[in-house]
Amino acid sequence: MPEAEPNKPTSPAPKPDPLIEVDSLVRKFGAQTVLNGISFKVYPGDTFVIMGGSGCGKSTLLRHLIGAETPTSGSIKVLGQELTTASPRQLEEIRRQFGMLFQSGALLQSLTVAENVALPLVEHAQLDPGLIDLVVKMKLEQVGLTGHGDKKPSEISGGMKKRVALARALVLDPPLIFSDEPTAGLDPVMTAVIDDLTQKLTQKIGATVVVVTHDMASIFRIASRIIMLGTGDRQGQIVIEGSPEEVKNSNDPMVQQFIKGTSDGPIPYRSEGDNYSDMLLAN
Amino acid sequence: MTKGFGAYVLLCAGVLYWLFIAPFRGKTYRLSQIFSQMVRIGVHAVPMAALTTLTIGLVLAMQSAAQLQSLGASQYVPGLVASSLVRELAPLIVAIIVIGRSGSAVTAELGTMKVSEEIDALEVMAVPPMSYLILPRFLAMILMMPVLTVFGIYVGMFGGWLITHFNLNMSTSYYISHALEYIKPRDIAVCLSKSLVFGFLIVTISCHTGMNVRGGAEGVGLATTRSVVLSLFAVFIANAFVTALFYF
Repeated sequence: MPEAEPNKPTSPAPKPDPLIEVDSLVRKFGAQTVLNGISFKVYPGDTFVIMGGSGCGKSTLLRHLIGAETPTSGSIKVLGQELTTASPRQLEEIRRQFGMLFQSGALLQSLTVAENVALPLVEHAQLDPGLIDLVVKMKLEQVGLTGHGDKKPSEISGGMKKRVALARALVLDPPLIFSDEPTAGLDPVMTAVIDDLTQKLTQKIGATVVVVTHDMASIFRIASRIIMLGTGDRQGQIVIEGSPEEVKNSNDPMVQQFIKGTSDGPIPYRSEGDNYSDMLLAN
Repeated sequence: MTKGFGAYVLLCAGVLYWLFIAPFRGKTYRLSQIFSQMVRIGVHAVPMAALTTLTIGLVLAMQSAAQLQSLGASQYVPGLVASSLVRELAPLIVAIIVIGRSGSAVTAELGTMKVSEEIDALEVMAVPPMSYLILPRFLAMILMMPVLTVFGIYVGMFGGWLITHFNLNMSTSYYISHALEYIKPRDIAVCLSKSLVFGFLIVTISCHTGMNVRGGAEGVGLATTRSVVLSLFAVFIANAFVTALFYF
């Protein structure tokens, strides 16, 4: 048995390959630059939060990550494959490997709750209908919706819709989940429920999560890495990237204004225009 | 405008791909969805198509009887009703009914799905909207338009019979034999071709307009109006074109 070499410095474990790699991403709509030189990497196991004020481009960034938008310039690699040059068929292959939780839930209104959850299985998994039914029941049980499978999306509440959408996003046990404002419009209890379920269920299948949100309580509850997109002078740029602690302790006034939720600060809340009050007084 | 037409051509090409090429690459038709759309597009349009073609048959017989009776030529009424219905009116009237009832519903449904991110959700789940949403509606329309047209001809002929039988005292066998005398196999072929062309135009325009809705509820409303107007234009122009091609 070979003797262990004492005092040999141990090299740090090599970082795994990133699941998502965004490099110098720029997106312009006409003269307006919405995303301006965005670069970041998401590693396996991360709960990666993209935060920022309204209009900062975080939803646009997410749409680029799922291949729904084409950037003006830059590169986006998801699961090792370049999205910007992918053919529709390649894009379809990449999309089979991730789940997406939409802000509105985006459940198909013509299908029942169970049919919505079953849809990815019916389309992509060659499974027996009995087995699909069992998996759907299991997923609905995991999100606390046992017995609601036969209802239509119009018959359930907003929080239930989000949980159905979560079950649908997770039904194929994908390695990567995207989530767009998962807690928007929910009460604090339901927000915590969605956060807890997202964490618990994604950890269970070892999935990496990318969440777009501006809900601070949610962000510090779930995030392992955070980027914040700026507005105003720093529109569409990454203002800060780091762990929740690093973001909390940042000296950047824009970051602090966003965390504290104050109206005074570098984040503009209205566009500049004429001073109508003065014009009225002058008359 | 050019961009919109380009997108429309792409949609038509996509439909043809999913119809003729995709099955050879292991993709199957969604039969349950096709049947469900056949019911919504075709079967549910039956009452409206019946009422409209019945009144058209009645009106055709009344108008022609009024004119022809004064000339002592009322025996030509069955032929006039039959040839008018088969050559022009049945396919056209059924197309108008389908545009107003089913085409607009297709646009409104797809438009609502678009603004509520349902179509985005399908794309992200790698479920092609072309195969999941458009192809079943396309096939349902293409299959149901000729069926509705033939049904419309029968109901219109029944309307004509009501007038000739009860007003002109014409026997049923006389009415049928004289009506058939004026319908040539070519008329039937042109009639069915028209219904196929109209069905193609209606469903592709409705789907294209629905899939390209922007904005919220207002966008859906505008798209539905646009879809109806464009479909009517397309059907009237196509009707004139086909008639000129075969009868002029």
